[in-house]
This record gives sequence, structure tokens and C-alpha cells, in this order.
Amino acid sequence: MSAAPKRDQYDVVIIGAGPAGLAATADAAGAGLSTLLLDENAGPGGQVWRAINSTPVKEEALLGTDYWSGAEIAKAARDSGAEIIHRATVWSLDRNLEIGVSVGGGSAFIKARRVIIATGAQERPFPIPGWTLPGVMTAGAAQTMLKSSGLVPDCPTVIAGQGPLLWLLAAQILRLGGRIDRVLDTTPRANYMAALPHAFGFVTSPYFMKGLAMMREVRAKVPVTGGVTELAAAGNGKLDAVSYVTAGGKRETLSAELLLLHQGVVPNVNLAMAAGVEHRWNELQLCWTPVLDALGNSSIPGIAIAGDGAGIGGAQAAVWRGRAAAGSAIKASRSNAKVSDVSAQLRRAERGRAFLDTLFQPAKQFRIPQGDTIVCRCEEITAKDVLDSVAIGATGPNQLKAYRRTGMGPCQGRLCGLTVTELMAEARGKSPQEIGYYRLRAPVKPIMLSELANLPKTEEATKAVVRG
Amino acid sequence: MTVRKDAIIVGGGIHGCSTALHLCLAGLKPVLIEKDYAGRHASGVNAGGVRQLARDVAEIPLSIRSMGLWERIGELVDDDCGFESYGQVLVAETEAELDACRVRVTDLNERGFTHEELIDGAELRRLVPAVAESCPGGVVSRRDGAAQPARTTTAFRRKAEQLGATIREGMPATNIRKDGKLWLVDVGTDTFAAPVLVNAAGAWAGRVADQFGETVPVETIAPMLMITSPVAHFIDPVVILRGRKLSFKQFPNGTVLIGGGHLAIPDQDRNETVLDWRKLSESARTVAELFEVMRSATIMRAWAGIEARMRDDIPVFGPSAVHDGLYHQFGFSAHGFQLGPGAGAVMAELIVHGGTQTRITGLSITRFQNSPPSSTT
Repeated sequence: MSAAPKRDQYDVVIIGAGPAGLAATADAAGAGLSTLLLDENAGPGGQVWRAINSTPVKEEALLGTDYWSGAEIAKAARDSGAEIIHRATVWSLDRNLEIGVSVGGGSAFIKARRVIIATGAQERPFPIPGWTLPGVMTAGAAQTMLKSSGLVPDCPTVIAGQGPLLWLLAAQILRLGGRIDRVLDTTPRANYMAALPHAFGFVTSPYFMKGLAMMREVRAKVPVTGGVTELAAAGNGKLDAVSYVTAGGKRETLSAELLLLHQGVVPNVNLAMAAGVEHRWNELQLCWTPVLDALGNSSIPGIAIAGDGAGIGGAQAAVWRGRAAAGSAIKASRSNAKVSDVSAQLRRAERGRAFLDTLFQPAKQFRIPQGDTIVCRCEEITAKDVLDSVAIGATGPNQLKAYRRTGMGPCQGRLCGLTVTELMAEARGKSPQEIGYYRLRAPVKPIMLSELANLPKTEEATKAVVRG
Repeated sequence: MTVRKDAIIVGGGIHGCSTALHLCLAGLKPVLIEKDYAGRHASGVNAGGVRQLARDVAEIPLSIRSMGLWERIGELVDDDCGFESYGQVLVAETEAELDACRVRVTDLNERGFTHEELIDGAELRRLVPAVAESCPGGVVSRRDGAAQPARTTTAFRRKAEQLGATIREGMPATNIRKDGKLWLVDVGTDTFAAPVLVNAAGAWAGRVADQFGETVPVETIAPMLMITSPVAHFIDPVVILRGRKLSFKQFPNGTVLIGGGHLAIPDQDRNETVLDWRKLSESARTVAELFEVMRSATIMRAWAGIEARMRDDIPVFGPSAVHDGLYHQFGFSAHGFQLGPGAGAVMAELIVHGGTQTRITGLSITRFQNSPPSSTT
């Protein structure tokens, strides 16, 4: 049973207990700052180190050494003296650094002198025909089941898409005895040439050898089809076939009961955007990334962003970004504090990123769907619906809401936002930066009306309850 | 380059867009200048209430005029704007509140207005079955309803453009000045010139009025709204309370919009608002008390739109008291959406014919002469 925050004000509040949040917590609390770490999962680790303290998968080699490196940082955070609350949902953050958080069915407001947002990444939408059929799920969801419960597929299964996490998941499933019938690799052939100039950085990066070994491991056990240019899921009420077009232009069909889709991860921007942090379109990663200084400080004084939420960089970079943001918070609190400069370590951890970003930039046809393919799952809006709205005057995602309610459902744009921006940008001949994104608003995660009604009535009452 | 037009409208809310449309219908060629995009602020994100109910007597004629246009909104703008007419109900929570309702309706009847109708507890529960048993009655305005605000504002903008209005979005109107009989306004590198200037700049309108010597007591406000996840259909009319700040509306998809006038903190130069969750909590408490069915709903999103409120809570509408060719249409004080269609029609009459049959005398900017302004933003 989690308890509500003990205090009504902290030097630092860190949101998210993945690599960045854990590292920031350990450093900030270690330096004597009153530190609160809020995380919505049952335990520390975020996605990459999910269930690090509780996974039933105990044999080290199955999840890999990168996974287990998380245990040490999680322990450092736990021993740092920070207050750590799990199953805590941060549903509001504003430019006054006031945080609305829900714990155990009750909400409280707390104030922070500094906030470090470490809410990580989410999977990029993969809007292909049939992606809403039962039996189609994201690779990330499959990995969550694998790490938390040791569950792996045992029915006819196809994994499709691209990126390092796709291969990691495939390797983990196979090591745990799971079934994969085919890997459909959608990496565009042209990307290999485009990525070449960045290859030197990558071969000297910590990811290079691991990546090659993992791909070899998967290829030894499962047939892999590369250069896939079209992909569709089909079935009557549930998935029963995956069809695709090969690099050679041949259309083929596989029968399958499970299709796992993944084409990379993008920053989870909802909390930062709702707080008013300025973001810009990242032309290489094809997503929104916050405008930050070298230490992760955002456009809002007192709010820093660390980890993949600052732009995709991977777990190692996240740790150093978390430490940089904590250092900045420590400096702000005590100007004479000695804070180590981690910029060299961060640079090394980020090495090779340009290669990965270029190589795994998803092809246009997998980002910008056409015709009857669903764009917005919440309201079942198709690509054609979006284009029809553009034709009668919807100029950007916020106007589209008025016509189609896209982005107004439970997912708050997480599953359609990037698609809508790119689709409208293409239709209107503008850049995604010009088209913009949904204006996001709290609650960033839905809260019960009764919970909001029971919010302590005044600031004084809040204090009384929090202290009581 | 200087472009000559018949009228310059500053502000692309429902009011500016409606005036642009009605000037086109009268054969004029206006330009509308909007610094963001049409409907970006209050006009696009308000509760969508189409309400004659519970209005200040001074704006009732304009509201009634507008209601006539709402009822044929599809013919006017080629879009039904999501307008639905299930009535609006004002709920009295106590006998004392019901007595006040009775006095109000009697007063309106004596003035010749019949749109508000006193209802007892039985009729209240027939109209709003889910309301708490303790409520003794209220007032209904049966022709009222609700529409989709962003869709409506966009429809007016689109129709105005089709009929020949020039719409300039994304750049502010700057360097507003008068040269002889012509008003001149810069938009980027262009200059527009016209004998008529309509100040429909919402939260920014006070600055325009102030610049031309008509300082009025106006403040910037940001009324908050929140919307829930879908719940089973349980209510048709829009419900407002007599005693507490609450408005309440269920959409066809089951989601429920909760408003009522609690205010966020506006930051008008950043185009932003900071929500006040303690006030939203009050709204949630009121809803939970009145409608048990709502307690298990979830809040999906909350927001606020920036607009202008006058000290006396009614708009400034009509010609300037100082300058020929300057017209004001602002300060609708959180209840201007329903007035939009009618106000545009009346404004076009004022501009084209120099007068209107619709009674607007109580709304003139002259009412503030000789009264010291309070805050001006």
C-alpha cells in the first residue's frame, strides 16, 4: 500500500523511476536535497528495467546484462534517503511547479522547487491496415508481459517493424522458449546508405557489438524477411493473416494469431507539453522533442527533462542525463555545491545515435497511412476522414479536434498525435513544425470525478491532510 | 502595399467571423485579421451553450435575435454546427432560490419576454430525471440548446471567406491608426485601409479601445471547463444552477462537459492559462452532489479559454462614442457564444444602415463615461 507524499513541498520532485529518474534521485537525495520520486509502476525500472526487483525471470542471461545493470541504480536510489512512491500517477504539472498526484485513490497537490520529468518514451504509432484488430499488439506491450510475468507467445506469431528494441524483444522471447514464426523487417533499404556516414560513431559505440550479436542470435532461429515495403493485418473479428510486400515487389501472406508491431520509440511528451514546455519537431527522429539546454533545463524555469523524454538516447544516455539534471538542481539549491561534470560520459553514451536514428527512420508509408486505415483508435477516424477535414478547413491538429474529436479520447493523442501531424503536414504542404501538435491539457492521465471532488479544499486544508 | 477594403475587423472569434459574414451578405468586402487562427481562444473552446436563459435584460433582445439565426444556422453557414435544441434548465436547489426564480420570470413577463418559464419539481424531474430529489424546481428556456464552438466559429469563418471576405490569420493587427476618414492597419508588410474598423479582439479588445481614448473597465478572464469519459445517456438539456457556479451538458457520445465560470489564471501574452484545480474540485463536488450517476465518471481533460469581462458583465456593443467608423464588439463576459450570430447581423446593420431594429441601447460604450475604470489589461 502506497502512502501519499509526506510533505507539501520538496527541493526536487522527479517524475518517473526509469534509468534517468533513478539516477537523478540517487544524486539529488545523496546531496541532501529533499527529494520525492513519483512513479506509476509497482516498482522501479521504468520500461527498460521493468520489474527489476520483482521479475520471475531470474536467470541473468535471459534478459541480458543491460537489464540487470538497472538493479544497482535502483538500489542507489532506494538507499539515497529520497521518498519514493510507486503506483503514483502524476496527472498535472504547471509552470508554477505545482504537481497534482494520485496515490491509492486519493489526490494531493505538492509544490517543488525543481521538477525533473523523466517519463521516458513510448512506442511510435504503427498505423497499418488492420492494426486495431484483436491479436495485433505492440512489441512494448509484449515485453511488459515478458518482464513482469515471464509470459511469451506460444501461438503462430509474426514480429514486424524495425529498430534495436524489435531485435531485443525477439531475442528475449526466443530465450524464454517463446514462439516466433517470422520477422518482417521494414527498415527501408535506402536507409543503409544514408546511415553510412554515421557508421564510424556507431561502431565505436557501446551498442554496436551487442546489436550485431542479438541480430545473429535471432536469425539463427527464425526466418527473417528484410526490406518489407507494405504491411497489413487481416482477419474477421481477430487477426488471422499478415500480408506484406517484399523488397522484390512480391506480395506474400502468412497465417498468424499474433502480430507484434514496433517501429521505434519517441519521447512521451504529454506531461511536459501540458506544463507548457516548448517542443520542436525533430527532423531526424521524426517526433517532438523538448527545447533543452545541455543540463536538460526546459523553457520553463525549474523544469528539467531527462532520459528518453528529452529525445531518444537509450538507457545509458538516460542515466547521464538524469545525473546532469540532478546536478543542475543541486547547483540551484546550493550555489557552492560541488557537482561533477558528466558531459563527457553523456557524449560517449550518445555516440552512434545518429547512425541508429538514420538507419531506423521509419518509411513514410508506415508513418502516414492512407484511405480507410485507422489513425485515431479512440474515435475510429481514418486517414481519409482526416484529409476530408483538411479539405473543408481544418488547418492543424487542434482544429481537427473540432471536426473529428481526434486526440480527445482516453489516449490523449498518444496513439494518433504524430500520425495526425505528419498526415496534415503532407496534405497541406507544410512542415510538421508549422502544423504543430495537439495542445495538451491536464489531467494528463484521467482521474475519477469523485477523487477530484474529494481534493482537500484549500491550501491550508491540503497541508492539514498531508501532515495528518 | 496598401489594400483598400470596406471594413477591417480585428479578431477572429465567433463575433468577428459573424460580422465578417454578415457584411459580405450586405455586399461589402471586409478583411478579418486574427493573430492566431479563427476560434483559437474563447470562441473555440467554450462550453457551446446556446442560451437565452438567465441573461441580463440589456442583452436579451440581441440574444433573441441570435436564437432566430441559430435555428436556421445550417442555411446561414452550410454547417449545422452541431446545434441541438433540448432546452436549458436552471435548477433551484432551495425554496428561496425558487422564489427568486419566480420574481425573475414575473419581471421578464412584464417586460414582454416569454422565453423563460418557471417549472415545479415534477417538471424539473421530467426534464432532468437524474437531478437530486431535494431540488424544488427552476426555470426552463425550451428553445435553448448547445452547439460545437470550434466547428461553429470555423463555419462562420469559412462561409465569410466564400462570400468574399479576406481572412488573414497567424499575424497580429499592428499600428492601428486613422488617416482622415480611413482606418489603417498593418499585417506583416501589408497595410489595409477602410472607412470602418470593428474591434472584436476579445481579451485584446480593451487595448484597442484604450488606444483610441475609450478606456473601459475590462479584465481578462479564462473560464475553466472539463470533460468526462462517456457515461450512459442520462440527460438531454443543458443544466445550470441558480446558486452555485455550475453548467452541465451531456453530448451524444456520452461525454459530459462541466463548466460554470470558475476561473483559471490567464497569461494572455503567452496565449496560455494555468488551471486552478481547487476550483475545479468545487465543480466536481457540486456535480457529485447533484448527479449521483457522475461519481464514477473520470475526468479526461480540463482547459480554459481567454476572453474579456466587463465590470458589469455585459458586452460593449455598438459604435464608438469618440471616432467615426469605429465599432466595438467585445467584453461578452463569458456568455458571448450564443450572441455571435445575432451580434454579427446587428453589427452589419449598424455599419451599413447606421441603425438596427434590435434594442442594444444598454450595451453602448457610453455607459462607462464619467465612471473611473478599474483594471485595464
